[in-house]
Formats: sequence, structure tokens, C-alpha cells
Amino acid sequence: MAEYIPILVFTAVAFSFPIITILISKAIRAGRFDPVKAEPYECGIVPASEAFDTRFSIRYYLIAVLFVVFDVETVFLYPWAVMFKKLELFGFIEMLVFLGILVAAYIYAWRRGALKWV
Amino acid sequence: MERTHLKAFADAEEMEISFGPQHPSTHGVLRLMVKVDGERILDVKPIIGYLHRGTEKLFERETYNGCIPHTDRMDYTAAVTNNQGLVGAVERLMGITIPPRAAYLRMILAELQRLASHLVWLATHALDIGAQTPYFYCFEERDKILDLFEEYCGARLTTNCMRVGGMPFDLTPGWTDRCRAFIEQFPAKVSDWERLLTKNRIWRERTVGVGVISAADAIEWGLTGPPLRGSGVRWDIRKVFPYDRYDEVEFDVPIGTNGDTYDRYLVRMEEMRQSVRIIRQCLERLPDGPVMAKVPKIIKPPKGEVYFSVEAPKGELGYYLVSEGGDTPYRLHVRPACFINLQALPEMVRGQLVADLVAVIGTLDIVLGEIDR
Amino acid sequence: MWAELAVTAAKLLVVATVLLTCVPIMVWVERRGAAFIQDRLGPNRVGPMGLLQPVIDAVKLFFKEDLTPGGVNPILYTLAPMVSMFVALVTFIVIPFSADAGVEVFGVPLKGIHVAPDLGVGVLYLLAISSLGVYGIVLAGWSSNNKYSLLGGLRSSAQLLSYELSLTMSVLGVVLVSGTLNLQEVIGRQGPEIWKWHAVTQPIGFIVFLVAAFAETNRLPFDLAEAETELVAGYHVEYSSMRFASFFMSEYINIVTISALTVTLFLGGWQVPWLTATLSGWPLLLVSAGAFAAKVALLLWLFVWVRWSLPRFRYDQLMQLGWKGLLPLAALNLLIVGMAMGQGWL
Repeated sequence: MAEYIPILVFTAVAFSFPIITILISKAIRAGRFDPVKAEPYECGIVPASEAFDTRFSIRYYLIAVLFVVFDVETVFLYPWAVMFKKLELFGFIEMLVFLGILVAAYIYAWRRGALKWV
Repeated sequence: MERTHLKAFADAEEMEISFGPQHPSTHGVLRLMVKVDGERILDVKPIIGYLHRGTEKLFERETYNGCIPHTDRMDYTAAVTNNQGLVGAVERLMGITIPPRAAYLRMILAELQRLASHLVWLATHALDIGAQTPYFYCFEERDKILDLFEEYCGARLTTNCMRVGGMPFDLTPGWTDRCRAFIEQFPAKVSDWERLLTKNRIWRERTVGVGVISAADAIEWGLTGPPLRGSGVRWDIRKVFPYDRYDEVEFDVPIGTNGDTYDRYLVRMEEMRQSVRIIRQCLERLPDGPVMAKVPKIIKPPKGEVYFSVEAPKGELGYYLVSEGGDTPYRLHVRPACFINLQALPEMVRGQLVADLVAVIGTLDIVLGEIDR
Repeated sequence: MWAELAVTAAKLLVVATVLLTCVPIMVWVERRGAAFIQDRLGPNRVGPMGLLQPVIDAVKLFFKEDLTPGGVNPILYTLAPMVSMFVALVTFIVIPFSADAGVEVFGVPLKGIHVAPDLGVGVLYLLAISSLGVYGIVLAGWSSNNKYSLLGGLRSSAQLLSYELSLTMSVLGVVLVSGTLNLQEVIGRQGPEIWKWHAVTQPIGFIVFLVAAFAETNRLPFDLAEAETELVAGYHVEYSSMRFASFFMSEYINIVTISALTVTLFLGGWQVPWLTATLSGWPLLLVSAGAFAAKVALLLWLFVWVRWSLPRFRYDQLMQLGWKGLLPLAALNLLIVGMAMGQGWL
């Protein structure tokens, strides 16, 4: 566990760094509040509708779902890759089966138009 | 009540964004109300008028030569061709024939201006699509052209370099040599930029098939200039209604086939080479003689009306002049190329992506000074 | 015990300082490099050859008004730049900058200039932490209550997720050959000879990794999240002062990190052909650290070079390249490497 201690320390440093810099700039900045400044930027025009009111296109969710499917599978591949030399041919064939399922899912997603963006 | 609720639900994924007036790639103060679904553009509504200065009304209280500086400020990237159209209209109404040296000077300056305008177009168009480097190369060349303008008339941008009846001054000594030196090195630069862009895979993917408009549609919308020629219509005022001495020089009118952004890009690149060709011929034939015809001190065209147009870098720039016989125009209407080209924008981008919108704005090569006047 | 801790603390300090100094240098290189490519001068007023320009920029940003627009979600709005910065800093720690030279300082083994090189899960740690970076951008995009930010945030989340897949897949080939997730060992397995570096043995994987690296760091031709000419500035439209600077710095730190990772995984890390194998002790430490820095610098220049040469992709083209181009290629690379290992070639 000893090698994780520096990481922990560095994490604390990395966590405090942005907070400290932002606090410093807050302390020395010239802040004059103005309601006009607080308006959201929309190319110099008062926006007709709030961005929070709009829902975004469903296709973005689709990407997230696809990502979860494929990323979990890739994560499964990591322990296999580390132990590959010990598993030898059995491991290779097993992984081919696993990848085969992945490819089938990929082709299915492609054919169903999930890989059509916008 | 029920109905509006349903409507709101159906529109839930639509988002209306105001694109401009303060936006890096609307080329001025154009505002577009863009309706998007995710990245797909459903509709675009241009809103103009942020740069309206009432130029056409101002014309009515200026003498004819006093109108020329106002034209400089319409399409401020192509002041020379604006001047050329106005003086041409007045000269046609008065029946003045300008001396040959003045005509050739006008052609040289106008073609240089076309180069300068196309350079601004290429610079900003490439920048909009994300290629930032050609911008600086183009502006370096453009500055050389502006140096030539400055030497001739003292101004770089708002040239005010023509008068009714000819040109205000003759060339400075050595100007033609410097001009020749410039156009001799210029085509190599065009080839350099083409090497950066023409066969670049990303550039092609971003422009081929984007903002397509068919030849029939282009004519229907009244497009002129490169947007029309990009669709495959061989229509160039310099060829069909030659003015000055364009009938005496040889040049080709490049056209595209598909009417997409890539074709318009190729058309403009080729036009630059053709402009160089015209300038070279003009410099060879530049006759000696006066640069000003005999015109009265106070310009008073006879009662009547005339329409005269020139091939400006952006398209057909027309002036419709109504004279009552006084020393100011009764009415001087401008047919701006950009304004009419811009009308086709919603048609060209509907159903395409947000990124295509900036590509199409760039390819139409609009200048808001001319649209709003 | 205390001496060891002191050495670790000193190393931490060195790593943090080097990393944070890299940012202004990188900014300077980018601006001068852009000027060089574009035939102009670039910053040349502040300090020798404009070297102090980024410092002055940072000072200016410190003094800028830190504005929180009215309609934002204040908690997430504040959190987003911090997340970006935090993730950018933390990923750097496991990268081995130099060889394990076995030198001692005051009787304490120094090992090399790296803080946690012996982390058994080094590769996983890097991939896991760096994938958190997407949160900073998405939160910034959403919490700003601005349509341009929203579009930028959505674009970049889609982009980062898609290219992370290809990135992870292409690293798999390296792990397969190395049989370890420990970064120092990954370097060791590559051997000092160039033809044993993974960039040579797995060219497909290397190219996929490099392209995905450009996408993961939001650099041209993949800078769709910012896309000045479309989305103005994308996800950080509404940010000013040090909050903007946090995004800015984290972007550059990410570039440095991903370059260092590329060097570690594919370009033999700190090794110099034939030379590092013959050295030991302090010379080895210095030479290896220098070689590492040089390789990273070359890659950083590649980032600058590409940025000022290419136009930007469109969103659908970007996704197409990620899912239909790089992902199958990465899988293919994995298959080839697996079969080559079965044949005993690797």
C-alpha cells in the first residue's frame, strides 16, 4: 500500500491547487457587479429562451449507452491481457469468443442505425 | 390548452439559438435565428439591419462625385468595384465615353480588387472551417495589393478612386512595374494555398456536398457571382454585358458542376488566376493618353433612368439611377450582390449541421456593409 | 522513514513544479510555433523572445473579474473548472520520467524521478482518472445555462467517450505484450532497441492511440467542443478569470500528460538505444530523464504543428472516424498482436 501514499498526498495538492488559485483571484480581483454582466452570452442578444429549458437530443444518450456497453467489455479485456501469457491458447480462443460477441453487438448497433450521428 | 401542451412536447428537443450579431463567423453583424435539433439545423432566419446607414437616402443629397465615397463603404472589401459601378451608371446616362487609358486603369484596379476581396474570402472561409494558417498567408498578399492602391490613390480600403468621366489621377511612376512584380509572384501563392486545402481530406469532407444549390434554384433565387457559377451557370457580367474594355481582353469564366461549397471554392480560386491573366494583358496594352474625358464641372445627367451593373467580386452589383436633370440623383438604388445571395442561405443549410452553417456563410462571401447599406 | 518521506515529498514538489512550468512553456511554444508557421512574429515584447508572455497572461487572468452569471447552477459552475484541473494534475503522478537508477540521496534510495512508478495498476489508474476529465467539461457546459456551452458540452462528452474507447483498446495491445500494468515495467519490456518499441511493433495501435490522444485533448482537428468559429468558445463561454484559466491550464497539462503517456507506452519511455543500457547511477538518471523530456517535447511540437495545419472535423465525421474507423482498427490491432504472440514473434 506504501506506493499509494504519495498519490494520496498529490491528490490533496491537486485538489487544493485550483481552489487556492480561484480564491486568490477572488481576493485581488476588481469586482463590480452589474445585472447586464450576469446575463448569459448569446451573441449580444437577450436570449429568447433559457438553455435550461431546452432538452437535448436523444441521440446523445445513445452514445452514452453504447459507450457503457463497449467500455465495460474493454475493461474485462484488461485482466485477460495481463495474464495472456499464462492462459496461452485457451485464453486466446476464449477471448476470441468474447470479442465475437462484441463484434456481433457492434454490427447489430451499426445495422440498426445507432452509429448514425445527428 | 391541450394543443399547446402537445406542441410544446413535440418541440421539446428543438433549441433556438441566436447566432450573431456578435459572433466570430457571421462576417459582420449578421444575426441568424437558428432552430436546431441536436446538431441538425431545422431552420434559419437571417435578421439584418445592424449596419444600416441609409446610404441610398444619402445619395439623394450628394453630388454625383460626392456619392462615390459612400459607395466605398458598402462592400468595404471591394471599394473599387463599387466606385466602378456608380461612375459607369452616371456615364451611361450622360453618354460619356471614357478615354482608353482610364478604362484600362479601371480594369486593372478592379481586378486587383477582385483578388483582394477573394483573399479576404479565402482567409475567413478557411478560418471558419478551422484552418487558421491560410488566413495569414492571404492577408500578407492582400496587403501588397492595398499597398498598390495606397500608392495610386492614397487610401487602402475606402479607395474613392474613380470620377465620372475617367480617373482622378494618372499612375505614379513605376507603379506598373510594381504591379507586374506582384502579379508575377501571385499565381505561385495561389498554388501554395491550394496545396494546403484542395486535396486536404478534412477540407474536402467539410465542403463537398455542403450547401448544395442546383443551377435552376440558383437562378430562381437570383444568385450571381461565384455562388451562381459554382452551380454551373456560365454567367459573368464582364462577358455578357462587357463594360470598360473587358471585350478586348481574354479570360475564362470558371464554373462548377455540383453547386456545393467545394465547387464555389474552386471557382473562386480559378477566378484569382483569371484576374491575374486580365491584369497582365491590361498592363501590356495600357495605352498612353489622358485619363479624364471632357466633362462639365458640375455633373448634371439628363432626365431619365438607367440600370448599370458590374461584376463585383461577390456577384452582380447594379446601380439603378433616376435623374431629374439636377446635380443630385433623384433616386439611386443599389442591387447588392450579397443581399440577394444571402437570401438563399436558409435554403442551402436546412437539414444540415451547425458546422455547415458557418461553411455556407463563408462560401456565400457576404459583407454586411453591402447588405444593410 | 522520515528521510524517505522527505524524498517523496521532494519528488512530489519537483513533479508538480515541472508540470506547472510546462504549461507556460507550452503556451509560448504554441504561440511562437504558430507565428513561425504563419509567417509572422508572435509574442516578442515581454521578456527575451517573449518568453514571459504566458506569465503576464496568467497575471492578467488573476486580476480579471471572476464573474458568475445570473442563471447558472452555482455549485456545478464552480465545481467544473476544479474538476478539470484536479484530473489534469493527478494523472501525471504515475509516469516514470527516468530510469530506476538505484542512486541514493543521504542514504535513502531515490530510485528515479517519479513519484509512484511501482503502482501495480499504473495503466488502469491513468485511464480511469483521465476519463474523469469529461465531467469537468460536461458540467461546465450544462451548468452555464448557455446554449453554446450546452452544445459544446454535449459535443465534447460524445467525443471524449467515443475516443476513450479507441484509446483504451489500443493500449490493450501494449498490455498484452508487456503482461503488466506497471508503467516502469512496460518501458523495461520494450528494450533499448528501436525495433522493440511498441510504436514499431504495433504501428496500427500507435496510430490509433495518437489520433485518439488528439481527440481526448480537444485539439485541432478535433477541437469541436471549443470550435471558436461555430460555438464561439463552447463549454467555457461563460467563464472568466482563474476559472477560465483552470480550463486553459488543464488543457495544456492534458497535452503534456498524454504526450508523456505516448512516450511511455509506445516510444520506449526514457530509453535511448544502446546508450541507457551501458550507463548506471547518476549518469543514467540524468540521461534517461533528458531523453524522456526530449521525446515528450517532440510530441508536443507535433501537437502544435497539426493544430496550425489542419481544418476542423464536423461532428458526424468525428463520430464516424471514432466508431467506424478507429474502434475496428484498435480491435484488429489486438487480434494481430494476440496472434503474433501465439506465434512467438512478440
